[in-house]
Amino acid sequence: MSIITRRSLFSIGAGGLLLSGCDKLSNAQGFQSVLGQAEGATERWQRLIGRNALAREFSEDQISPVFKANGSKSVDTDDYLAHVESGFANWRLSVDGLVAKPLSLSLATLRALPQRTQITRHDCVEGWSAIGKWTGPQLGPILKAAGILPAARYAVFLCADNYSGEPAKGGDQSAGLYYESIDLIDAFHPQTILAHTMNGSTLSVAHGAPIRLRVERQLGYKHAKYVMAIKLVNNLAGFGAGKGGYWPDRGYEWFAGI
Amino acid sequence: MATAASVTLDPPPRQTFYRHALLTRLTHWINVIAMLVLLGSGLQIFNAHPALYWGQYGADADNARRWLEIGAVDGADGHAHGKLRIGSLMIDTTGVLGLSRGSDGELTAIGFPHQLTLPSYRDLATGRRWHFFFAWVLILNGLTYLGAGLISGHLRKDILPRLKELSPANIAHDIWTHARLQFPRGEDAKRYHILQKLAYAGVIFVLLPAMVLTGLTMSPSNAAAWGWLIDLFGGRQSARSIHFISAMGLVGFVVVHLLMVLLAGPINEVRSMITGWFIIPEEKP
Repeated sequence: MSIITRRSLFSIGAGGLLLSGCDKLSNAQGFQSVLGQAEGATERWQRLIGRNALAREFSEDQISPVFKANGSKSVDTDDYLAHVESGFANWRLSVDGLVAKPLSLSLATLRALPQRTQITRHDCVEGWSAIGKWTGPQLGPILKAAGILPAARYAVFLCADNYSGEPAKGGDQSAGLYYESIDLIDAFHPQTILAHTMNGSTLSVAHGAPIRLRVERQLGYKHAKYVMAIKLVNNLAGFGAGKGGYWPDRGYEWFAGI
Repeated sequence: MATAASVTLDPPPRQTFYRHALLTRLTHWINVIAMLVLLGSGLQIFNAHPALYWGQYGADADNARRWLEIGAVDGADGHAHGKLRIGSLMIDTTGVLGLSRGSDGELTAIGFPHQLTLPSYRDLATGRRWHFFFAWVLILNGLTYLGAGLISGHLRKDILPRLKELSPANIAHDIWTHARLQFPRGEDAKRYHILQKLAYAGVIFVLLPAMVLTGLTMSPSNAAAWGWLIDLFGGRQSARSIHFISAMGLVGFVVVHLLMVLLAGPINEVRSMITGWFIIPEEKP
């Protein structure tokens, strides 16, 4: 009797068969790609109803009292720690790849460009939301200054943090250098900024100093922290597992508008 | 002699009635599959952050906005307990919510137990893939049903209550017949009565549209394009709460629906939703 646990009794029941059947389907590559078809439909739908739509902007009194820091909360490389020590005085953001004129921008240069301030809602894929005020230059004019070549289709953001995943998310979460990518529609969207200031203060290390990408119509994991370089590319092969981001490489949607 | 006796004892020919059109039956069963997948994958997604809030935002530190949470806490007895909190009501749900046995038999801190989630192990990414694929199935299937029901008159004739059916006396009468488990017979069995109409109309016109619209509100791209959704539900976290409450409402509907099928004659009821043909229960003499 002790051999027959409640679990094994359940497993041989219809519910158990249904469960293990669904788990088998969940792991099957072919079925995964069938389910993945919905991502393309969702992206096309959302581009159709609001290609240039702006995310809701909120008022000062709607800002979250505490903005949860998630993902990497610090970077422990010598390089990064030295930048923190010097207030990112020697830090440079490189913008290269498929551009006519590669750029190397200091934090002071980024701060001297025309700035946009926006109070927006940050939606984590886990389900929580926080509202914060972000300030930084728009990405579009920077890319324009670099001279995007016609073959460029994506902007890839390479980050300083080596990330090892999140228990709340489950699934396959091997460690890897964080990166993200967006298409040129989002890259030139007016609310897509490189934020160096959050809620009126210099962006903290926990929130991605010196700059964090804001791409307001997508989920939190698209908002890459600790951005060190931006590469304009034609396709996403050659970065990580080729799906365009740390989390997309681990099963999450590349188009995280949902 | 024997032949004559058997003839007189034969029941009169059973009266059948074509109750459900092909499209109703097809969309019904597609909806069953979609709702099952959406529930299981929805609970998987909920488990990534098993708490609900009212308003525009809500996260770990926003205690005043959090009205529901499921979690594991250490009890005074030195053991971990699963807890469900709704407002100020705290319920010990050890073994079911907050703390339950995983597939390895170990007590695990998890919102809804793994037997109810899709996949049955913790994997938010795969849960989301199932959820958003079947959300499309639910929406396209629902629009097909609504479009066909409008054109054929099915919604107006069979589902929407007539004004006089909404009289308190009629509703009270239907509650009374349900309470005594008296199900309609003869001609009267060819139409839905007020409680059944209200239940179906509530699912078709309130709960399922609420699920879809609150789901779209939670999508940051969709809410950017359709900002009115944020105002309609009072914020993304309110929409997430209403999404959950509506889902529980649908679970409640399905429980009652299945119970009624069992009580009213499961073979006849299920057959009518497969073949369309319903055998009308005879009038009592």
